[in-house]
Order: sequence, then C-alpha cells, then structure tokens
Amino acid sequence: MSGGREPILALRGISKRFGAVQALTDVDLDVYAGEVVALVGDNGAGKSTLVKVICGVGPPDAGTITFAGREVRVDSPHAAQELGIATVFQDLALCDNLDVVNNLFLGRELRRGAALDEVEMERRSGNLLRELSARIPSVRLPVASLSGGQRQTVAISRSLLGDPRVVLLDEPTAALGVAQTAQVLNLIERLRDRGLGVVLISHNMVDVQAVADRVAVLRLGRNNGEFRVGEVTNEQIIAAITGATQNVVSERVARLREQTAGDDPLAAGGPEGGA
Amino acid sequence: MADPATGPAVPPPTPATEIGSPKEAVGGWLQTLRTGDIGSLPIIIGLVLIVIVFQSLNPTFLNAFNLVNLCLQIAALGIMATGITLVLMLGEIDLSIGSVSGLAAAVLLVTHVDHGLAPLLAVLIAVLVGTLVGTLQGSIFARVGVPSFIVTLAGLLIWQGVQLRVLGEQGTINLPPAGTLVRWAQFSFVPRWLAIALAVLVPVLYLVFSLLTRHRRASAELPVTPLWLPIAVAVILLVLLQLIVAKLYLDRGVPWTFVFMVLIVVFFDWLLRRTAYGRKIFAVGGNIEAARRAGINVDAIRISVFALCSTLAAVSGVVAAMRLGFANQQSGGGETLINAIAAAVIGGTSLFGGRTRRYAPLLGALVIGAIANGLELLSLSSDVRLIVTGTVLLAAVVIDALVQRSRTSHGR
Repeated sequence: MSGGREPILALRGISKRFGAVQALTDVDLDVYAGEVVALVGDNGAGKSTLVKVICGVGPPDAGTITFAGREVRVDSPHAAQELGIATVFQDLALCDNLDVVNNLFLGRELRRGAALDEVEMERRSGNLLRELSARIPSVRLPVASLSGGQRQTVAISRSLLGDPRVVLLDEPTAALGVAQTAQVLNLIERLRDRGLGVVLISHNMVDVQAVADRVAVLRLGRNNGEFRVGEVTNEQIIAAITGATQNVVSERVARLREQTAGDDPLAAGGPEGGA
Repeated sequence: MADPATGPAVPPPTPATEIGSPKEAVGGWLQTLRTGDIGSLPIIIGLVLIVIVFQSLNPTFLNAFNLVNLCLQIAALGIMATGITLVLMLGEIDLSIGSVSGLAAAVLLVTHVDHGLAPLLAVLIAVLVGTLVGTLQGSIFARVGVPSFIVTLAGLLIWQGVQLRVLGEQGTINLPPAGTLVRWAQFSFVPRWLAIALAVLVPVLYLVFSLLTRHRRASAELPVTPLWLPIAVAVILLVLLQLIVAKLYLDRGVPWTFVFMVLIVVFFDWLLRRTAYGRKIFAVGGNIEAARRAGINVDAIRISVFALCSTLAAVSGVVAAMRLGFANQQSGGGETLINAIAAAVIGGTSLFGGRTRRYAPLLGALVIGAIANGLELLSLSSDVRLIVTGTVLLAAVVIDALVQRSRTSHGR
C-alpha cells in the first residue's frame, strides 16, 4: 500500500543511552501519510524512549530523523510541533476545570482585541469534533464531567488543532471500556482517512489488529521485526515482542518436551497441544 | 440559516453526532446556568437572609445612612479579596496580604505626612511597595519552590516588622483631616445625576453586549440563549441599581471608593474569564502539568499573580488608611487577612484552585461587611462577630463542598 512512496517521517539508526543503560540501539522506523503504524514491545523495550525521541522530549544520541524528505533536528517539543508532529500522552493533560473548547484551545487561544474570541473557538471546536464524528454532549461541558473515552477524544482532537502531519498516540485505549475503546479506534481510523501518519503505541493486540496497517516491534531497544497486519497472527507478533526462541513460554514448552521425551517416548508429541 | 430572532439557532443536523442538536443546546445552556451565573444564587440568598435578620433586630440597619457606611467600610475589603481570589485560583495562599496592606498604609503616611510628598506620589510609592513585595514572594515561591504558605507566612512577619520600623517611634500617624486623601476616601460621592446615569448605562451596555454576542453566535450557527434572558437580566439589573441609587441618595450617596472597588472587582473578573492571561490562571490552577505542556509559562503566571495580589493588598491598605484618616502599628493586623480570605471563599472561590464564581470578592465582601456592620449596630462586641463570621465562612465552604460533590456524583 505504501510501498513506493516516501515516508512522511523516517527514523534511521536511532540510538539513545541513559547512563549505563542502552535504551535504543540502531532503531529504524518509517511512518507514511494515511497509515497507522503500531509500535509494540514489552515493558522496557524502548517504546517510550522512541516516542520521546520523535516528540522532541528526549533527542537521540545518534541517528537521523527525516521529516517530509528533509533531515531535521527535533530537539524540543516546540520543534516537533513546528514540524507537524503532535503527541497525545497517556496522562491526557487536560484541565478538569475548563470546558471542552477551552481545553482544545489551551495555549493557543484565539483573540478578538484584548479578549478571547469564544464564539470563533466554539465554532471551530464544534466543526473539528463533527468532522471527527466525535461524540461529546456539549463543547461547553467541563472536561471533569466527560467519560474516559470522551476525554481521550478531546485530547486527540486537541492535537489536531495545530494541523499536524504525524500524530503519536501513547496507549490511547488503556483503561477504557469496550464501547469507549471502539469509539477511540474509530477516531484513529478517521485520522488516517484525513491523511495523517499515525503512530499507535499499544499493549493491546486486539486493538493493534483492528486498526493498524503495519506493526513495528521493538525488543530490548532494537528493531525486532515489522509486519503487515492481515498477514500476521497475534502469536507471531507476541513471539517477536518476547523473542520467539528464548522466552519463558517457549523454554517451558521445550523443557516439557524434553522431559516427556525422556520419560515416555510414546507421548513425545502430546504436551504441545496443551502447552 | 436559523433566524436569530426566533430562538435557538439549529446547526445542520449531522447524523453521527450529538453536538448542536436543539435538545443538547438547551441542555448546554442549562448547564452553563447551573455552573455559571446562577451559581452565585446561594450567596445572594444568604445575603438576603442576613439583611432580613439584622433588619428585624435593628431597624436602622437598612436606613440610607447605614448603607452608605457599609459601602465605605467594604471598599478596602473587596479590593484585598480580589487579590487573594487570584492567588486562590492558582490553588495557593498568600498570608502576607494583611501585613502588606499595613506596610503600604505606613509608607503612605510617612511619605505624605512626614516627608511632605504629594498625595498621589505617596499613594503610588505605597502601591509600588506592594508590587515589589509580591514580585519578591512570588519569585521565591515559583523559582526556588518554597511552598507559598511558608513564603507568605514569613512575609506576614517580615512586612509587619518593616511596618513597625517605617512607623518608628511615632506609633500612630494622622492624615491632615481636610487633606486630599481624607476628602477622597471619606467625603467624596458620585453626583446624583451621574449615579442615576451610570445605573442606566450599565444595564444598557450589558444588554447591547449580550445581544451582539448572541448575534455573533447565531451567525456562527452556535446555540444561543433565548432572547428574553438578557432582556430580563438587564431589566432586573436596571430596577435593582435604580433602587439602590435612590436609597443611597437619601443620605450622602454612592462613595467613589465603593465605585473604585466595584470597578476593580469587575475588571479582574473580566481579566480572569475573558482574556488569555486569565485562561492561563485557570489552567495553572486546574492542572499544572497540562498548563506546562500547553506551553504556558507557569513561573511567569505565578509571579505575576502574587505581584497582583500584593499590589491589590497595598491598594486596599491605602484605601483603608485614607478612610480611617490614620495608620498605626495595628493597621492591616487583626482580622484583615482572615476577612479577605473569608470574603473570597464565601463569594465562591475554591481553596483548591481553578474555580471561582462571578464577582466573588464583591459578594463575599458584602456578606462579611454586612455581618460586621449589623453586629456593630447591635452593640455586640467582637466575640460574637468572630463567631458569626466564622460560622458563615464554614457554611459557605460546606455548601460549596456539597454542591461540588453532587456535581461529581451526577457525572455528566
């Protein structure tokens, strides 16, 4: 699908070190416009570090970042936003005491003379949420009274106000119910339909399979495979996340097999089904 | 598409969304009423109750002479409460405002009376002292990270000490009884014709701005309030203001200091709710991390708010000294600090930051002032006054907590 095109965001040979810990080693990642890339990996695989590299919070020690065909330095959150890279962090960073409109425009309020242009901000908020088919009862409700899914929707919508070309979503469905998760996944699809490059960080293989086009796996700070959704099973992804040949599950299977093989040669094929 | 004159504008129906349907528009409007203007209703009811109680206990409470006195008495309190409201909005506290107001009063008297500076210059110097103090305290709080409670507790002591040092051996300094300052604070009242004109102008301006906003919203196809609402509010406002003016002009009339205080309250209410700066104060008080990520310079907001608060405290101290005609070692001491915080909280400012009702300092100052004034008329000493004021403060906070709890329990 995105084969011959140039990626909107390309990371090459990214390395990052925190003291004695090598968090990222020679990592590559491509993000194409109109595509959802799921970034998966176990805890400590380097996902968060990579997100911080992309959004300018933690610049890399080595490697290059190319944005829209141009090599760029992303050494501050502001620089990332200027380029058109928006990030929605797991703690949504919304102000509970402000309504939806004020949260959407927080830090980039529209003015009319000395005062705020509430009418224009409300109109644009309504339009944006309508375009995204987001279900928010009223844009004048304080965010405190919204559900988890609605809050996530507000946070994601807010990232779109800067007209980004790439959106990073850090665990957007964590702690959401089934219906709310579906709502957020719909929203992610709409971001893709708008031609944005979406990087989805998730632990949830069901969500990844449901919405992603491509899955990039990180393991111990290195690339550990890239799959096209539809051509891969959950088991294959999990195998790549955990390291197919050297994880506790496979070791257990191997050990059981050895034991049973030694004890009773006749039952050699048995435990595989049960393991 | 929607005719602005025939009620709520209906945005184009979009199947997959709930936003902007007429039902939601009305719901949203009710919600705004509940959380916004009508939110001050408990305080107004409380104020009416206080008036009824004191009037039945002593019929002179509501006579024009006493009401004019009340206006004179609460001017300084309202100004100080406006300042502390800003600090409370950040979820912080400033315990030094009483001392700062006392220091400003001392500086005013010493520069004006002892050193013979022109009245306006002396006032300016006294107010700038407040700004300086606030900037210093705000910087220590924001940059060094010392809790505001501690910084301003130290300030409470330090500025009181400086006040004593400034006053020196004299103890009490009197203003010249016929001087500009005393005349302005005690004997200058708005001319009757001007007061009546202002009491017409304010509702008219309110109506014009409401209708303009309503028209803009309708053009933008946003939900609008029903047409009768701003008209009804304007009419009520007109009647109320005219009644107050008529009553006060049975005596001396509306004091300029009271008008000055109301202007300060209204200006800062506008600043908080209608400007980007005020929005930043709301954001820092609501979720400091979100504010930071949104690119708000949190330190600058904090320092500027503490500077504003101390400046207003100094203005309040100056107004109080001018009304009393003197400053002494007790200026700004006693209940000054507690009354200002109580006024802000009774008016509907949350101690946890990020929430305040409209014109909270004015309404709170009216409540505190009415209680103090009424009890004084009854010749009850300060023991009863302290107990009653404390009880009202507690009641206000309890009501606020209950409202808050019901709001969260009802969720959306």
